[in-house]
Amino acid sequence: MIKLNPKSSQKIVSFLLLLATIIAIIPVVIIIFIIIKNGYSAISWEFLTALPKDGMRSGGIFPAIVGTLSIVFSAILITLPIGVCAAIYLNEYAKDNLLTRIIKLTIVNLAGIPSVVYGLFGFGIFVMFLGFGVSIIAGAFTLSIMELPVIITTARGALNSVPQSFREASLALGVSRWQTIRHIVLPNALPGILTGAILSIARISGETAPILFTAAAFYVPHLPQSPFDQVMALPYHLYIISTQIPNMPKNIIFGTALVLLIMVLSMSIVAIIARIYFRNRRKW
Amino acid sequence: MQKHQAKREKNMSKIKDDIIEKIIFLCGILSIVFVTLIFAFLLKEGISFFRESSFINFILGKFWYPSSTPPEFGILSLIVGSFIVTVGACAIAVPIGIMSAVYISEFAPKSIRDILKSLVELMAAVPSVVIGFVGMVTVAPLVRSLLDIPTGLTAFTGSLMLAFMAMPTIVTISEDAIRSVPWEYKEGALALGATKWQTIRRIVLKAAMPGIIGAIMLGIGRVIGETMAVMMITGNAAHIPSSIFEPVRTMTATIAAEMGETVKGGLHYRALFAIALVLFSITFLVNFIADMFLGKSKNK
Repeated sequence: MIKLNPKSSQKIVSFLLLLATIIAIIPVVIIIFIIIKNGYSAISWEFLTALPKDGMRSGGIFPAIVGTLSIVFSAILITLPIGVCAAIYLNEYAKDNLLTRIIKLTIVNLAGIPSVVYGLFGFGIFVMFLGFGVSIIAGAFTLSIMELPVIITTARGALNSVPQSFREASLALGVSRWQTIRHIVLPNALPGILTGAILSIARISGETAPILFTAAAFYVPHLPQSPFDQVMALPYHLYIISTQIPNMPKNIIFGTALVLLIMVLSMSIVAIIARIYFRNRRKW
Repeated sequence: MQKHQAKREKNMSKIKDDIIEKIIFLCGILSIVFVTLIFAFLLKEGISFFRESSFINFILGKFWYPSSTPPEFGILSLIVGSFIVTVGACAIAVPIGIMSAVYISEFAPKSIRDILKSLVELMAAVPSVVIGFVGMVTVAPLVRSLLDIPTGLTAFTGSLMLAFMAMPTIVTISEDAIRSVPWEYKEGALALGATKWQTIRRIVLKAAMPGIIGAIMLGIGRVIGETMAVMMITGNAAHIPSSIFEPVRTMTATIAAEMGETVKGGLHYRALFAIALVLFSITFLVNFIADMFLGKSKNK
């Protein structure tokens, strides 16, 4: 074997590492490309605003879009205040004791529970035990518990990045602890918290397993009237039409995937750019 | 008089503060409540299943025939299915993930670092049902024709797609760990005449190892729990495969596929909760270990 001198081996290594990075990045580009290429022909005003027809094989996906939006926004309305309060507790009040360590451990584990287990739990508690039935509200509660650890973690990061001196200056003026948090810490942490919230909305818009038995319906020919209605949901609809319905026109499946992808990715990109922007703009 | 009123207002605002702080505390401990609730709920249904069917037969039983008479509830083939898919995904994602983390944190020009990181994170944003669909219509036929096997819906195809889903977790968390290695370590090695790569390999990677292991564990947790993509790509055959180029069925896919068909409270229903209990325990353990390593890497 040829013994390489350190300089040329460094060149080879840096090339290999670049190659690995490209391999890590390329799949998402290919997936987006495939879906746009095959799906854009299906996108039309009718596709976005009409009801499905002919056993889903034609018509639009309007009820699925409305269903997903109603589940997701109900979920974020539930989870955002709770998650931010939990983050405030951990970052501003909690002492370094056993209780805090247990809370942190449970947050980590909540984040690790498989989404389908959340689905099962949500079915057992919200659909059956609390009697909500398969409904928007049952799906929203299930997703909100699932998203809680993500909201807590990002909100904590945002609170943590507010310099300690801001708090000290306020407290030194005799302002109470909660007033300091309310008027000094929270406003400064707000961009970070909102970025996290947008990322969460993006993430749960694409979740299928948790709403499989808690909210999603195969086909509902009208828009939801109340939070206790079953709804069609975009990710579930994609699953159904790509696996359960024979002779489904390919461009409708790809079109549905494209709408879902645009919804999820546009929110993620907004959040990612906002994060970079606020990080660079920060003066401290 | 005015003084009195001011004092009362101050008292009022103190009471308000107290109430708000109580609410904040309650929200703080809510995650404990939820984890306990989920565990208790799975345990309740799971235990009632194990009253009628032994735990050993459940874990080691080779046959999963929930609707035959008498039904058989052995999840060994499902555990093996989850295990194979996970190991396969890690074999692909771990080396590539760590290499890209090293590249992004140490080699990439500053100007494109944020772009590379964002692109890696973008993959995490693609819904698993979309990945499953693309895998089903593009990757699976490709695997089938390249390897000349009867179906492209195999454990291998699943591993491949899941590897890319685990990649963002592994890359971003490893990158954090590598970047948080103190400057002095690198400067010391570079001052002694080591090249950049020697420094990275012998000093930086060693120092960042706990964080990298934590990242890998979190990636594993993500793969084990993945449901939709796995259900759509791995072929869903509940048998123990002889190679990774055969269809398998995972624990998650079994729950997702069969929950809709069960009778509430029936044996099959409770068996699915028992699978969820097993899944919960595995992911709890994996995330606990990940957290231990990540905690270690932060304390440095």
